[in-house]
Amino acid sequence: MSSLGSIDRLAAGMAAGEFTAVELAREALDRIATLDGRLNSFVTLTPERALAQAEAVDNARTRGETLGPLAGIPMALKDNLCTRGILTTCSSRALKNHVPPYDATAWCRLEAAGAVLLGKTNLDEFAMGSSTENSAFFPTGNPWDPGRVPGGSSGGSAAAVASGEVVYALGSDTGGSIRQPAALTGVVGLKPTYGRVSRYGLVAFASSLDQVGPLARTVADCARVLQVIAGHDPLDSTSLPAAVPDYVPSLTGDVRGLKIGVPTEYFGMGVDPEVASLVRAGIEVLAGLGAEVAECSLPTTAHALAAYYVLAPAEASSNLARYDGVSYGHRATGGRDLEELYTRSRQEGLGAEVKRRIMLGTYVLSRGYYDAYYLKAQRVRALVSADFEQALGRFDLLASPTSPEVAFARGERAGDLLRMYMADACTIPVNLAGLPAISVPCGFSRGLPVGLQLIGRQLAEATLLRAAHAYEAATPQWRRVPPLAAGQERGWET
Amino acid sequence: MTVSRDDVLRVAALARLRFEEEDLERLAADMNAILGLVDQLDRVDTAAAAPMASVLPLVNAFREDEPAATLDPDDWLRAAPWREGPFPGVPRFVEE
Repeated sequence: MSSLGSIDRLAAGMAAGEFTAVELAREALDRIATLDGRLNSFVTLTPERALAQAEAVDNARTRGETLGPLAGIPMALKDNLCTRGILTTCSSRALKNHVPPYDATAWCRLEAAGAVLLGKTNLDEFAMGSSTENSAFFPTGNPWDPGRVPGGSSGGSAAAVASGEVVYALGSDTGGSIRQPAALTGVVGLKPTYGRVSRYGLVAFASSLDQVGPLARTVADCARVLQVIAGHDPLDSTSLPAAVPDYVPSLTGDVRGLKIGVPTEYFGMGVDPEVASLVRAGIEVLAGLGAEVAECSLPTTAHALAAYYVLAPAEASSNLARYDGVSYGHRATGGRDLEELYTRSRQEGLGAEVKRRIMLGTYVLSRGYYDAYYLKAQRVRALVSADFEQALGRFDLLASPTSPEVAFARGERAGDLLRMYMADACTIPVNLAGLPAISVPCGFSRGLPVGLQLIGRQLAEATLLRAAHAYEAATPQWRRVPPLAAGQERGWET
Repeated sequence: MTVSRDDVLRVAALARLRFEEEDLERLAADMNAILGLVDQLDRVDTAAAAPMASVLPLVNAFREDEPAATLDPDDWLRAAPWREGPFPGVPRFVEE
């Protein structure tokens, strides 16, 4: 038995009576006890609840009941997904003691499928960042080198999955926050189409860009989790009513005839030469499997980052206006009037990067600047989206690096905002266009993982998963165990 | 366009934020650095592009207006700093 196995192996092991869900949960909790002092993946652990959920799964199995597709599998949630009765902090002082009265839809669906929640994972405060250093509580370490960042903002989820603390985790992706940490920690991360997964109960950052998705060690595990969380939700009017296909049968291993475009611009943008050559080698693997690969161009891509740093802060400044200390969250004491209660609560509750983005967003939306910045950025967004539409008319998929660089050292980018923002240069355009994209491990540079990003047409997650799965099956050499988790490899295989 | 220290104070008031005196210059510099990146948008010809607020068609998502269970006020008030009857309580700022 090992908590490091894939979902189908663990499910089969439990079905065959080799081990129970409670044993699996205990093993995962033991691993967390061993590893998390060095990683700090988790903000909150929920061991009692996990063991109770696992016991309920075991009891249901004993009674001969039909079990959900994720029954008994240990997992974690990024701490910006609301969990009824469990702290949901967004790694912010503003929500340090916040216990939501309702569940996020994605979590509701996982729970109904038998998921065993081990805890809530660390993030850059309110998902604003690319390193998880912006957590108000503590930074998270990269399992490949705890002195380096795991990426962000879903860095806690990525570190927990990469180190085998959990089998899978949910993250959220506004500008790359699932894919970039997946790349930097050597796991698979999927950002679904905007609207594919309900955002109900996801604490809002930039509502027109945010999307919930899975991080896991295999493409098949991502497919199994997406299967459960995808689909229309009456509680999210932006969730898409389209039917959810069966994703697992699409993992055929066959990519013959699949047309893959390689946008040349994505190999500029500060991409490290070694990262670029590993990604190109990965694309060659897909070509060797029968995919038809050709270069293409997405000319407006170069401006996507600039447009994003108008649009995302603008939306954030509006969304975060709610943290005023009145109905919930941190409230300052001793103010003279209501205005001061708001201001002091926000001053004390919010961190530097969050305040910076609120300021920027308020500025670009203020009188005299709205047209020059906000409307201009929205027009550029339309051009970025049109570029993708044109390219994806010719190609089934686009392939690029996920992150321009491997994991950087903690503190290295602290004084250089723009360099930090560049970490999402290859992922941000995809959010502006609302398309699905996946990051799969494609090698190591200086001992650190590199990710290959595949971008698909709207709602074409099945095609993305098929190509990523074929690539993964053809490159077993990139499935490695981080040194920190070494000696616990048993069951790591799929 | 350059953000000045006074601009920072004006925007902070709009955003209900407050900064220490010694942080104002730094914040203005940060905002100018980001807006410096943003200024490249001026070079993009967007004459033919309509502003895009969302990738989804901007149509209302209607549903039937049917009564259903909703959050119990006792539940959501538990998240409030304190409660007064069916409301979150706030300090009294006006004289009776």
